Amino acid sequence: MTNGFFGSVDEVAERLAATGYLASPAIATTVFLADRLGKPLLVEGPAGVGKTQLAKAVTEATGARLIRLQCYEGVDEARALYEWNHAKQLLRITAGRGESWDETRTDIFSEEFLLPRPLLTAIRSEEPTVLLVDETDKADVEVEGLLLEVLGDFQVTVPELGTITATRRPFTVLTSNASRELSEALRRRCLFLHIGFPEEELERRIVTLKVPGLDASLAASVVRVVGALRAMRLRKVPSVAETIDWARTLLALGADRLDERVVRETLGVLLKHQDDIVRAGAELDLDAV
Amino acid sequence: MTGGPVPDPAGSPVDGPVARLAGLVGALRAHGFGIGTGETVDAGLALEAVGFADRGLMREALAATLLHGERQRPVFDRVFDLYFPATVTGDGTGLRGTGRQGDGDAGGDGGADLAGLRARIAEALAVGDTALLDRLAAEAVAGFGGYGSGPGTDGWSSHQTLSRLRPETLLARVRAARTAAGQDPAFTDRLLDDEIRRAIEGFRERVRTEARRRVAELRGRDEVARRAVAGTPDRVDFLLAGREQLDELRRTVRPLARKLATRLAARRRRAARGEIDLRRTLRGSLSTGGVPVRPVLRRRRPGRPELVLLCDVSGSVAGFAQFTMALVQALRDGFGRVRVFAFVNRVDEVTDLLAPGAVDPAGLGERILAEARLTGWHGQSDYGAALDGFVERYADALGPRTVVFVLGDARTNRADPRPESLRLIVDRARRVHWLNPEQPALWGTGDSVAPLYAELVDMRPCRNARQLGELIGRLLPV
Repeated sequence: MTNGFFGSVDEVAERLAATGYLASPAIATTVFLADRLGKPLLVEGPAGVGKTQLAKAVTEATGARLIRLQCYEGVDEARALYEWNHAKQLLRITAGRGESWDETRTDIFSEEFLLPRPLLTAIRSEEPTVLLVDETDKADVEVEGLLLEVLGDFQVTVPELGTITATRRPFTVLTSNASRELSEALRRRCLFLHIGFPEEELERRIVTLKVPGLDASLAASVVRVVGALRAMRLRKVPSVAETIDWARTLLALGADRLDERVVRETLGVLLKHQDDIVRAGAELDLDAV
Repeated sequence: MTGGPVPDPAGSPVDGPVARLAGLVGALRAHGFGIGTGETVDAGLALEAVGFADRGLMREALAATLLHGERQRPVFDRVFDLYFPATVTGDGTGLRGTGRQGDGDAGGDGGADLAGLRARIAEALAVGDTALLDRLAAEAVAGFGGYGSGPGTDGWSSHQTLSRLRPETLLARVRAARTAAGQDPAFTDRLLDDEIRRAIEGFRERVRTEARRRVAELRGRDEVARRAVAGTPDRVDFLLAGREQLDELRRTVRPLARKLATRLAARRRRAARGEIDLRRTLRGSLSTGGVPVRPVLRRRRPGRPELVLLCDVSGSVAGFAQFTMALVQALRDGFGRVRVFAFVNRVDEVTDLLAPGAVDPAGLGERILAEARLTGWHGQSDYGAALDGFVERYADALGPRTVVFVLGDARTNRADPRPESLRLIVDRARRVHWLNPEQPALWGTGDSVAPLYAELVDMRPCRNARQLGELIGRLLPV
């Protein structure tokens, strides 16, 4: 049942790090368990902490194939699971004039006319696969029901073809921004992982890794300022993605240390609301000097 | 859970990992976590997969399999610390013996100890060595947290430890140590104080964890896990909630409102289908020889229900009222009209203060008290006068489609309860519910006139956010 991608938690961390994804112990442990227990992994957390990136990193680390289902409002079975190719079926019926109906019917509901969508593709895949169901919370409740069936047993029933069961379970990652509460039933079938903002030490390593030219002490200051901003009551606190952007900005500006002027001028990279900028400016005493 | 032998964690011979896991799950369920047997089995498999060598890995493995949301994490962490403690107090009485302070008298050498410990804690905070801080917290509780003398009366108190240790006063010392070490370039200096404060708060939490662990050794884990670990915010008693807990509660308003809205919509759909109208079904069956082939459904009356909220916002129950107001306001879309009234001993309409966009839940309480006229001659709540005033001035808010919720503890400070006003409200409105944040055992004690009002309206206890969610979901009209 299990993929057996990884042998131990440390190995997960090492191989993810090799792809440029520095995983916290929590992330590494949960990825290891998802692989070992063959259960889908539900990842929640604020935007920009690397939820989707995690799936990509696992794909890269294991040399698997990534199949992605991007959820949005109104995504349905035909988009997620499979669809019959109606146009082709019509052509086939027209072409086979003179045939008996039974022949035609068995023919047009065969593999050839089936359009597999991400979920079916992932289940039928013979090679190692990572299935990423992105922004699950955006999809409607009905799709959640569909996911229950698919992720519970990793099988799909197509009435005309029968039940298709996964020969090897795809490593499944569901991400959610919690814009809607996912159902308890779906949570029950998944391992739960909340990716929050990383610890100071880890974030410093991430910044150093992603922005190689940055001075070490500047990287440390950057992370500390971001940490202070996160402790403030802001409408949208900066995420890891913003930290990296800010570090890049500072590098591009050639700043070698933080001071009031640099911070004030580049705060827009970190904060995306005007009132946040004003508030952060006041709390950091940017105008005092 | 497994076929093979499982190594014993933490060297405790009394109970194996299976029993501990079962105990942990039991304690979490007691805190309201919905954990099924399947998940417990998964947790066991997960523990087996990561092994028992690294406590951090075990914690993450259990969290991944047992939790369903981030909100549950703090409770989980505390319970985990009890069932899988980092250390076990040795049987050597060395630490314990010296730590007993009997009647709370520190004594001369105790004072010297304290200064030394404080210095070491400051050092550890300056360096940020978490493992060392854990050890120091253990030492602190061992040294200064013990009270009582005999079995049954003794215990360990984090409060006592912290009030002797006063880690918050270490701020200056830690700051001096960190700036002396030359770690900080100029700009980030201004962040230092807050960072140190957070680190100190972290240390306080370590002390609390350690005290709980020691009490658990004394009294039994299951007991402590159920009673001494604060639950998730939705189970905190409204009347006992502190400021922080209320803040945390406010953050649950929106998810809760979303959940309730879904539930309401489902109820509406069901209601819209209607029930079978027996009379018309039988009448129609005449044409088919008395066999009711085509059931006739009762039509639903159109029209959206209106909601009136009448809230006591005086000191004791303010948190409850504010939470409920925010919740109902978030549900506003489903109703024809929502009007909110607040009172202490005078009633005033505050619907506008709660208007969409204007809601800044944090300052809501102060704004209501500042902008509405809620008190007359004195500042104590008076239900009789408030109900009277409501009937007199806002009777137009009531009608056959109106459902009224009264929120309050019905403690009227010995003033005349004037039940006739409430009776008038009951007569005018479609339905009246009273949500009382006190437990029923307290109704009628002291200055509470709850039983008197309960005769007239449907009064229900509503002590925490979870109960409120359930009640609102059930009682709201569709």
